[in-house]
Amino acid sequence: MAKILLDRLKEQFGDDVIATSSFRGDEVAEVKPGAWKDAARFLRDDSSCQCDYFVDLSAVDNLGCAEAEKGRFEVYVIVHSLGRKHRVRLITRVDGNEPILDSLVDVYSGANWQERECYDMFGIRFRGHPDLRRILLYEEFQGHPLRKDYAANKSQPLVPYRDGTFDKLGPFLADEGMPFNRSPSRDIPGDR
Amino acid sequence: MEPIEANFAESELELPSEPVGLNMGPSHPAMHGTIRMVLKLDGETVVGVDVQPGYLHRGQEKMGERGTWQQFFPYTDRLNYVSPMLNNVGYAMAVEKLLGIAVPRKAQILRVIHGELSRITDHLTSNGAVAMELGAMTPFLWFLKVREWIWEVQEAETGARMTHSYLRIGGTAHPPTPNFVGTVRGLMPRVLDTVREVEALLLRNRIFLDRTQGVGCLDRKLAASMGASGPVLRSAGVDYDVRKDKPYLTYGEVDFDVPVGTDGDNYDRFMVRLEEIRQSVRIILQSCDLLEKIEPGSPDDAVGVDDARITMPDKHAVYTTIEGTIRHFKLVMEGIQVPAGEIYQYTEGGNGELGFFLASRGGGNPWRIRVRGPCFFSLQCCAPMITHGMIGDIVPTFGSINMIGGECDR
Repeated sequence: MAKILLDRLKEQFGDDVIATSSFRGDEVAEVKPGAWKDAARFLRDDSSCQCDYFVDLSAVDNLGCAEAEKGRFEVYVIVHSLGRKHRVRLITRVDGNEPILDSLVDVYSGANWQERECYDMFGIRFRGHPDLRRILLYEEFQGHPLRKDYAANKSQPLVPYRDGTFDKLGPFLADEGMPFNRSPSRDIPGDR
Repeated sequence: MEPIEANFAESELELPSEPVGLNMGPSHPAMHGTIRMVLKLDGETVVGVDVQPGYLHRGQEKMGERGTWQQFFPYTDRLNYVSPMLNNVGYAMAVEKLLGIAVPRKAQILRVIHGELSRITDHLTSNGAVAMELGAMTPFLWFLKVREWIWEVQEAETGARMTHSYLRIGGTAHPPTPNFVGTVRGLMPRVLDTVREVEALLLRNRIFLDRTQGVGCLDRKLAASMGASGPVLRSAGVDYDVRKDKPYLTYGEVDFDVPVGTDGDNYDRFMVRLEEIRQSVRIILQSCDLLEKIEPGSPDDAVGVDDARITMPDKHAVYTTIEGTIRHFKLVMEGIQVPAGEIYQYTEGGNGELGFFLASRGGGNPWRIRVRGPCFFSLQCCAPMITHGMIGDIVPTFGSINMIGGECDR
């Protein structure tokens, strides 16, 4: 049923679609990183796709297995059509050094937190993300824990009380965030 | 009376005209201890908010990569811990999809019944908490009383009150107790009675209605593009329910309705959950009939797939035969061997679409387990819901999302 999505993608993007497959009922299309955002926008806007529902976005670190040759990180996004009741998983691969990919926040606003989580856990940066900072972990956390070269029993340094001030509520740049300190000089926006 | 000497400078008398910052949570009782909201307030109106989750992050996805596939079950209990069995069901079905196996009918029906019991406990907790946060303590206590009845049944079946870990890849841990169906059948009218009693307390209460109706509205288009699901999405008027749209287990054989709201406000979310309790009762009663129709001794009557590479051997065989011992040893030490591949499996959890993205590179350990916790997506919708509302409305709005820290932060 969702085969039509794969056909439409191939029709529209030609060589930018590297491969398509159906495994256990999941339709998957792999695109080149350059076509990532356009493909997502196409899936949302095309009249035969109408994938208006954002399901999920995350990544897989392939370090240390055969898949890594194609690119260390495999990022996927799943989109669904509420009207047509079909869905597709779009995947792309990014390189291990300086992994960066176009942000989908303009297309699906739900991608905001998912891309932040992806950055937090894998260190993949998203070009054009309005507020790319850690979401589940804290700003001083060292490393990206879902990478395969991050040991599961690794410990983190104790974080000293921060004494920073800040004058905005977001959006933030990467690694910028709210201070957690409890010192009296703490300043939150507009506080006097 | 003499007038008080007004000796202040003019500027000191003025109220602040700039927005005031306020930090709400994570230790605020309404924030469940796991969410921090940094608010920008203009008087009592929220003009900006930064919602910060993560205080309950335990690295479950990383831990999943260290064990066998079977060993992830206890972690799923601790995702949405007010409906643990639904997480068990979602994860078991995901691994089975990757393995390409079908589960015997009896195990499927048991999963439906236990899953719906869990959905009832989830909605009872959520709705009870919404009422309590608006000052109505009684509905909360009455709902928790019912929740405890249900958990007693599940404890008798599984051995644990809420961290059941009852499901296995390929079925359930053991068959139901002889009086399971009878107990569940007897319990359902009592659940409905309590729901009716609480409705009588709340639904004509002016305070409750004023604090919920038209408060915390969510636009349906925004909800869809943000990935909201379950009662949060349905209350906004979208009839998306995985059980109807892509029926799994035996949901296709039972008759039930999907309640849908219109405004996406707190009241609609509350009412959608109440109605879902009634629909779950319908599903459970029909599933009990289906369970009784299974012919004893037939292949349908099993609670685990008949495959030595997947199902644990009978305990008696483990202790008395070498085959049983080795089979047990291999399943425990090496784990179930799952072929390489990547799948995404989704079911209707307590809060909406609960998805598991599994990547296997062959062998007995998962390469990647990604949990799509519906709360995380619903919580993202919290900012548009509470912005431009009053600060006091944050509490019922946040409560009606039913954010469960374990599932949100994982």
